[in-house]
Formats: sequence, structure tokens, C-alpha cells
Amino acid sequence: MDVVKLTPSKVPELYLESEHISPDVFAGKSSQEIGDLHVHMGNQTYKLSDFFTIEGKGGATAADTKIVITGDAGRVKYIGMKMTGGEIEVLGNTDMYTGAWMAGGKITVRGNSDSFAGIAMTGGELRIEGNARNYIGAAYRGDWRGMQGGTIVIRGNVGSDVGSNMNGGLIDIGGDADVHLATHADGGKIIVRGVAKGRVGGQMVKGDIYVLGGVERMMPSFRCDHEEEAEIDGKKMTFQVFYGDLGERHGKRKGEIIYGKIFVAAAGKPDGQKAGAAKSERRVKLNEKQIAQLAEAFRGAEPTVQEVRTYIFDTFGFDLKPMQVSRLIDAIKR
Amino acid sequence: MSEYIIKNGTVYDPKTGVKGEVKDICVKDGKIVEKVSSKAKSLDAKGKSVMAGAVEVHAHVAGPKVNEGRNYRPEDKLFSYKPGGKNTRMSGGFSIPTTFKTGYEYARMGYTTVMEAAMPPLYARHVHEEIKDTPIIDEGAFPVFGNNWFVFEYLKNNEMDNVMAYISWLLKTTRGYAIKIVNPGGSEAWGWGENCNTIHDPVPYFDITPAEIMKGLLTANEKMGLPHSIHVHTNNLGNPGNYETTLDTFKLSQGIKATNKFGREQVLHHTHVQFHSYGGDSWATFESKAKDVMDYVNANKNMTMDLGCVTLDETTTMTADGPFEHHLTTLNHLKWANVDVELETSSGIVPYVYDPNIKVCAIQWAIGLELALYAKDPMRVFVTTDHPNAGPFTRYPRIFKWLMSNASRQEMLKGFKNSDKVIAATDLASLDREITLYELAQMTRAGPAKSLGLESMYGGLAPGMEADVAVYDFDEGKVASPEDIEKAFSSAEYVIKSGTLVVDHGEIVSNGNKRTLWVDAKVPVNSQVERDVQMKFLKYYSVNLNNYEVSDHYVPNPYVIEVDTN
Repeated sequence: MDVVKLTPSKVPELYLESEHISPDVFAGKSSQEIGDLHVHMGNQTYKLSDFFTIEGKGGATAADTKIVITGDAGRVKYIGMKMTGGEIEVLGNTDMYTGAWMAGGKITVRGNSDSFAGIAMTGGELRIEGNARNYIGAAYRGDWRGMQGGTIVIRGNVGSDVGSNMNGGLIDIGGDADVHLATHADGGKIIVRGVAKGRVGGQMVKGDIYVLGGVERMMPSFRCDHEEEAEIDGKKMTFQVFYGDLGERHGKRKGEIIYGKIFVAAAGKPDGQKAGAAKSERRVKLNEKQIAQLAEAFRGAEPTVQEVRTYIFDTFGFDLKPMQVSRLIDAIKR
Repeated sequence: MSEYIIKNGTVYDPKTGVKGEVKDICVKDGKIVEKVSSKAKSLDAKGKSVMAGAVEVHAHVAGPKVNEGRNYRPEDKLFSYKPGGKNTRMSGGFSIPTTFKTGYEYARMGYTTVMEAAMPPLYARHVHEEIKDTPIIDEGAFPVFGNNWFVFEYLKNNEMDNVMAYISWLLKTTRGYAIKIVNPGGSEAWGWGENCNTIHDPVPYFDITPAEIMKGLLTANEKMGLPHSIHVHTNNLGNPGNYETTLDTFKLSQGIKATNKFGREQVLHHTHVQFHSYGGDSWATFESKAKDVMDYVNANKNMTMDLGCVTLDETTTMTADGPFEHHLTTLNHLKWANVDVELETSSGIVPYVYDPNIKVCAIQWAIGLELALYAKDPMRVFVTTDHPNAGPFTRYPRIFKWLMSNASRQEMLKGFKNSDKVIAATDLASLDREITLYELAQMTRAGPAKSLGLESMYGGLAPGMEADVAVYDFDEGKVASPEDIEKAFSSAEYVIKSGTLVVDHGEIVSNGNKRTLWVDAKVPVNSQVERDVQMKFLKYYSVNLNNYEVSDHYVPNPYVIEVDTN
């Protein structure tokens, strides 16, 4: 397998739209040719080599090509878009649309990823070791065909609208999920190892959602049908099985109605919190070291609540309420 | 203006009866002429086919529902954008392209006149704003009359003079071209949660039947002598077994002769007949009734029709047939937009995927082609896709391929997943007719132009006619593969529109000089209709009368066809 190493040489002033960073495009190209591929920033067109130092050449086919981005690509969109094979490894963060419309191969992001990662994906594997934002594995705006195959694994937390219109494949979330998980789903499987906030499976027709840390607020259109034992990671667990969304149409197979199912771990959390029932929100607080880092980041500035909230989400991986953030800002000022 | 001479092309022109003769075509001052001076620019067409610019009789290309389609289907534009060029603006979209793409793509296929098939009068301003933004092609728009309260009331009371006065007023107010009728009565019944499934189902409250509405408007149209006949999309669209409703509708025109001074011979144009030619009583027994429908059309010279061919693409259905769109969304569970247009009509939009692996879709595909192949008089049967309902207009070249090559049709038929069932439910496998280029010119040029009452302007290459000419890199005698047909018609070699070269080797070189056609039908002053209009606006409409009329600045380059019915 040939390895192409991209080392960020310049931080883009705006955001780079670079759908060419993909084994399918790099295959069969020399480092010179790869460097000449175009990228867009705003309404201007640049060359890839304006922002990256390129070493190595592409393999004969996409499957023989591995791309390593050795630094932060937090301002680079569309990495691995429509890729069908090969491998991409990003040692830092990535911006939106990582692995969008991906059909095969493997992408590993060591840092965080922004929204729309893996949208309308049909195959392959996308791993994000940090957090990811909204609309992961969802459908393109307006479309009804979300993720249809492949695997997305996110070690950290995710934002809202993950798995919207999903109808195949697997999304495995290591942390918590914000609202609107699997809206309008028509198949597929989602595992949330942390807590799912609420509005899970709205307008869901088919598909399975496993929530190990409980659902904060279950939709009224889901009904608890029975308890069931299921295996996750080789461990047997008891789940309460909810059927829904009862407000939607549902198909039949062998005379039985097929529902979307939400499996809520009966005793998922070690502190013994009851699943299924509305669970008190987990209190998150910054430790002193984090507060010091925050104070340093905004020294001399007058940040808005939303800016600080975003910074906390990006840096520490959890979401505070605006009121908490506001109090925090006051405390730091004092 | 410039002069052109198109040299040594093989000319196909039903208007002058030229069937593939090598001839020069001369263009001067926007018209076809006998001779040009030696300064004329010469375009070499040796070994190429020369035809008049094509005329589109029915497409949804401008207005609120097209725009709502664009609005609520961002996925239709995904990956389809093309940046602007020297003579073009940015364009994109597939089944519901931007206005600019609409103009460019029609022109590239050699189409120079296009009729927008359904204009809700209340939103006529929007229709004309989009028409204004569609470059190159001449356009007209048909306001919808089939669910209009004025029409219902006047017809119910048998007040034909008032119907005519109202038609005249609405055509002028909306800058409209012809009388469009969509699911007569049914779209209004939808306001009561009902529909009219046969032409004899009464409309709730108004107590008038679709048959009475169509017959009344037909009579008014002929009394007024408008350029086009009534343009009908009848009840019961898209349902198995609906061909009987279709034949009942056709029979409304039986024996009636056209009266007009535009050379039009039909009194009824029925649109997208493919959607109205279904047999069977469920989706399981769904079958083609193209033969029964075409037997009637072939035997009755006073009607014309267009096909509405399914192209087996992912598209966006949109029609003023509100109840049908609701029916469709319950079938495919995709997103649905719907609106009630006050006293005039309703409308709906649903995306649709015509999947060749689904039996019904494949049968629909076959029916569209059968209709054309059964046609005895190509001057009365026109190629359309009811864009975008059965497929986008950009697929016309593919339909030409299927019509002109039996081999390409049979290959498609054999390739379907449910091939046996499709062949059993249709006659397409046994139809080996291949449409000739001359017949194609009748179906896409001379025929539609005549049906629209525009035969003296469009669709032909006789001296004095509009200089709309298309040259294709296509030689009927030397077709190596059916794909050549599609390729040649997708991208014309040259297109001249009103004497301006707009397409050169498939590239847009000019934005032409587009016009909007509308009909100004003069009737005697009718104070009752004037008063009724004012009353309805005061009582029911959400807008003021002054905010309703399409004033002149919406139509910057009009071509007015005057009809005097005094």
C-alpha cells in the first residue's frame, strides 16, 4: 500500500473545500500531480500544495492508497468524500462532511469532527476518536436516503440529528447523544453508550436503537412493550424495549407489524439510575484546570455566551447550559 | 439583423412537405426567406439533419409549484451545478432545473418555444417572473380554469356569454395563452376531502359535473375562436382502469368542429395520455390500454394529444391535481407539499422514483411509447414527458431513441426485472414500428405548432415563418447505434432562434430575444362579469384586485395574439 503524507503547511484563512482528498482521486498520481489538485476557499480556487506539503505517491488503485494527514485539518471539509476504498488517517481534527457519501475503505480521525460526517454513506468504516457534531450519518438536506450501509464509530459525544433518515448500517456512539437521534429512521442500528437526551426516534418507522445510559425524556409516541435480554460487546444486558413511532405508518411482515425499536438498558448506569424513566440531567462542571484554560483562551476578550459554550464543547467535549456558561463567565471575570 | 444560410443540410419539414431533401435554408431579419445576400454567414450542414425549432406543448417550467419543488428538493440540485460561462449564468438541478438551465437545455436540444402547462391565476405574476428569467425560448402559459368558482357558477346557470367574458378577462389579466383544465371539479372537491373520479361525479356544493365543466369550456373556446383548444388533464389520473374515464372525456368532443382563424383543427387537446391509459382494477392487474385509447384518437380527427412518457428517472411530480398528489404520497411515503389556491385550483408536489425494477413503473414506460407507435397521424400526437411528472424534459433525446429504434426498446424490455410480466401487460414487444425523422418532426414541430394555433409562425421552414431552426449532427441513413440518436438530439450542432444563432456546436452563444406569447380575446363589454369579479375579490380573495393583474412590466417582451369575438 502506498502512503501519501499531507502535512499542513498553512492554516486556511477561511475553510477549505477539498473533495479531492480521497484515495480514489490520489490513486495513480505522483506527489506533484496531487499537489496540483484544486481546492476551494471562499470563491477562490487554490492548489492543494498551497496548504499542504505532500510526500509519497498514490497507489495503483484506491484500495492501494493510504492518505495520512499529519496535523490538524479542523478547517478542511469533505475529506474522503465519495471514497470507495483505501484508507485515510487524520491525526488531528476535521471539519464538516468527513467521509460524506463514502462507499468503502476506512477513515480514522484521531481528533474531533464537525457536522455531516458520513452523510448518505453506503459502505466502509468511519472512526472518530474524539467528539462529532450534528447530522452524523444523516441524509443530505431534503433527501430521504440517509446512511444506508457501513459503520460509523465515534468514541466521544455527538450533537443533534444523528442518523436522521438512516435506513441501514451501524452508528456506534461511545458517549452521549443530543436530541433528535434517528429521526425518520427506516432501518439501521444505533448504539449510544452514554445518555440520549431526548426526542429519540421521532417519526421512526423501522430500525434499532440501543441506549445503555438511559433516555432522558422518552417521546410520548413510544410504548414500552416488554423486557428483553440482548448482547452488546459479548455482554448480556437486560433492556426495556420501546415500540414506535406510533404516529407513523408501519409495514407488516408475516402478519406482524414492524416497529422502530428503542432498547433502553434497564440498569445501564453504574450509579443505579433507572433507565427509561426520565432521568435527572447529569451535572457537568469544569474542573479548576479547565477553568484556567478557559480564562487563558478568552483573556482580554469579551466573548458571548455562545462563543464560550462552543469553545467548551469543542475543547472539553461537553455541553453546558447557557445559564451555567453565563455564571462561569461572571466567575472568571471576578 | 444578420443573415444566415444553412447549406447542404438534409431538411425535414412537414410544413412544406420536405422529406429529407438536401436544401439550403436562408434566414434574414428573424424570418425564413427564399434568398439571402452574399454577405450572409454560411453554416455548413452537409450530412446533417435540419429541422424547424421544436415546440413544447406541455411542460411545467415556471411558477409557484415549480419553485416550491426547487425549494423543498435541495437534493435534486446536489452535484448538478454548473458554473456560469461567457454567455451563461450558473445553472443546476435535474428534474426541476433553475430557470436558466431550463432555457439553456431546451435550446441545446433544438427547442425554441415552450408552453408552461398550468398557471394558477392568483400566482400568475410569479409565473411571468420566472418566464422572464428563462432565457432564449419563447414561452406562453395556460391559466387553469377547471376548478374556478366563476366558471362553475356561470356554467351551472348556463350563462355562456359570461363564461366567455370571464375567460377573456382572465387571459388578459394573467397574460395567459389558453384554457387549461386539470382534474375538472376534482381539485375543488378536494377542499371537501373528496375527488371526482369519473366525469359524472358532481362537485360538492357547486353541484356541477366534470363533463359539464369540460363541455362548457370547450363550447366557449370554440365560440371565441381562441388559437389553442381546451387543454385537458381529465379526472382519475394514475389509477388502474382509468382509460374508461379518458375515453368518456374524449367523447365529449365527438362531432364538434373547430372554429378559429389560426388553422387549428382540434377542439380538445388531452395531455399526458400515458397517465390516463391504464387497465386492470388494482396494481396487481395493472395493464396497458394504449390500443383502446389510440383507436379512438386515430378515428377522431378533431382532437390532439401528448404522450407523457415515463423516462424511468427519479423526478418530482407536480400538478394542480391536488387529490392525486395526496394519493401519491400515501403510496410512496415521500415528502408532500400541497396548497389550496383560493377560488381557482389546488396543487401538490411529491418526489417520485420511477424504478425500472418495479413492474408498474416499467409498464408505464411501455405505455408512453405504445401511444406514439399506435398513432396513425403524427400531426396529432406529440412527444412530452409532462416535465417533470413522468421525467425531466432533458430526456427527450432518449425518448426519440426509443421511438426510432425498435432494438433499443426491446433491449430495455428484456432487461427489466419483471420482464415477463411487463411484456404480458403491454403490446410493446410486438410493435416493431420505428418512427422516422419526418414523423418526429411532425410530433415535435409542425404538430404542436398547429395544435397551438401557431402554424403560421412556428414549427416549419416555409418563407415568412419565424427563423427557428435546429441542425443536428445526425444522418438518418447512417445510424450505427441507437445511442447515436440520443447523442445527436441532446446537443444540437446549431440552433437559430428568431434569426439569432443561440447554440453553436452544443454551446450557448447567445441569450436570444425571448418573448412571452399571450392571447388578447376581445369580447363585448360585460358589466355583470365586471361586477362579479369585484364582488368575489371583496368577499373571498386574500388579495386586492390591483395586486392580481399581471401588469406590463412583468412581461417585458410580449407577443400578443389578438382574437376578436365581437
